[in-house]
Amino acid sequence: MELTATTTIRKPVPEVYAFWRDFENLPTFMAHLDEVRATGDRTSHWVAGAPFGKDVEWDAEIVDEALSEKIVWRSIGNADVPNTGTVRFMPAPDGVSTEVQVVLVYDIPGGTVGKAIAKYFGEEPHQQLDDDLRRLKQVLETGEVVRSDGAPWGKRARKEFPQRPAQPLSDSELVNGADE
Amino acid sequence: MRANTWAGRNKVEVRDVPDPRILNKRDAIVRITSTAICGSDLHLVDGYVPTMQDGDVMGHEFMGEVIEVGPGVDPDRLRIGDRVVVPFPIACGACGACAAELYSCCENSNPNAGIAEKMFGHPVAGFFGYSHLTGGFAGGQAQYARVPFADVGPLKIESDLTDEQVLFLSDILPTGYMGAEMCDIQSSDVVAVWGAGPVGQFAMDSARVLGAAKVIAIDKEPYRLQMAERAGHTPVNFEEVDVRSRLLELTGGRGPDKCIDAVGLEATHGSAHIAAYDRIKQAVRLETDRPHALRQAILSCRSGGVVSVIGVYGGLLDKFPAGAWMNRALTLRTGQCHVQRYMKPLLQRIERGELDPTRVITHRLPLDEAERGFELFKNKQDNCEKVVLKP
Repeated sequence: MELTATTTIRKPVPEVYAFWRDFENLPTFMAHLDEVRATGDRTSHWVAGAPFGKDVEWDAEIVDEALSEKIVWRSIGNADVPNTGTVRFMPAPDGVSTEVQVVLVYDIPGGTVGKAIAKYFGEEPHQQLDDDLRRLKQVLETGEVVRSDGAPWGKRARKEFPQRPAQPLSDSELVNGADE
Repeated sequence: MRANTWAGRNKVEVRDVPDPRILNKRDAIVRITSTAICGSDLHLVDGYVPTMQDGDVMGHEFMGEVIEVGPGVDPDRLRIGDRVVVPFPIACGACGACAAELYSCCENSNPNAGIAEKMFGHPVAGFFGYSHLTGGFAGGQAQYARVPFADVGPLKIESDLTDEQVLFLSDILPTGYMGAEMCDIQSSDVVAVWGAGPVGQFAMDSARVLGAAKVIAIDKEPYRLQMAERAGHTPVNFEEVDVRSRLLELTGGRGPDKCIDAVGLEATHGSAHIAAYDRIKQAVRLETDRPHALRQAILSCRSGGVVSVIGVYGGLLDKFPAGAWMNRALTLRTGQCHVQRYMKPLLQRIERGELDPTRVITHRLPLDEAERGFELFKNKQDNCEKVVLKP
């Protein structure tokens, strides 16, 4: 399965590139990731969250990169979900913003992991990556993922429609939400 | 706290809900001192805006005192104790739309942008109390509200103007003003405004302030037309006269140079069969919007004129007079108001006495009587023009 998405971020190319190049930042906006840990200059360890099924982890390495232009990575070893990713950074015509283009390719397996992933992406797999990039834009332009009363949990928002009502959260909702 | 909530179609209910908390670093919590019911709230209650949910706190016109600020709020811009008017579109101040002062199209403030994008092609900003399509933010018909990006939008009121003088800077005064501004008014212009509700009244006042030669008010409620007439505008009652003929009489046969639609998707029509046509199509969801005012504005406007749309549309309409629009070189301009752009200059106009927003207020009720306020306003009972609620 190949997913593509693109967005424009009102920050200079080197800043956007540097944020993405530090893969440990990816879980702040990518809904399916719990954690990414750098294990070397070009290698990293990725942990997927509940959407991909529990305990889905893999190692990845950067296979190609050009400063402030592109980063290409792929999973290595016996990944449950072999995958590759490419992100390109281009100056936007306005002279201040950066256009970001992402391509992710997943080799979806059979079994429970494959089912969990199919369910996660649903009928509109591109929507997930679109929402990831919207959150990337929020983080880089405003400092964090934007929350509302109806969608209070940042990157989990999309999975919760219809949402909780647009009214303030109770104490227990705040506590339980923070735990998850 | 007490808050007025959406409780299904044609039903609002004041309930006890939790007090709001800081969720993002640049949030503030405002203790609300005055809030209002907007004509666009009626579209929500009447069920024409999708993605409302039972329990949603309504209201997007409010002001009050800052009682808490998040750690990311710039103290040079906002502090605890500040008295603020809050603009209804939530805007981050950092994206491309905000940089272009298109605040109601902010690219970051709507957590449900993916859903809005499906409906509108591109997403719109988050709005307070205005469905989950615009973010699912609790509104301001309440005792307290959480205000995101609090160091961007809210306008500090440092003079001794009363709440009622500045409250409408949150929406309807800037909305009416933008409707007039989009008309590029010249001193020879006759400006016709469809709808003499509060937004229409402010569009008329703004057209006058911007130098129009004559301003015409079109409505069917005598008390609303009288209110416009008292402010110096020329009334036309569409239940008593044929609007197009009357407009030709009033403009030497030219038609109004500039036309403002301050009605939107729930228009009524003097001709019963045309009204029925759209009402039925809307009821069975073959169209979501009843566009009589817009159609009539396009057909009435002089060739080369401007039709400025500030009445709210939500989805799709039909019988759009594209032929008149195209062949007669009309310019159609529109938008949800970019309120942040207009708050300071309009505050100055209020301070100088050029605009008096209090003139539309007819009812003042405690928040707990919000349900009655909605009924008065919706059914145009007791000459209701604008309801201010006091929490």
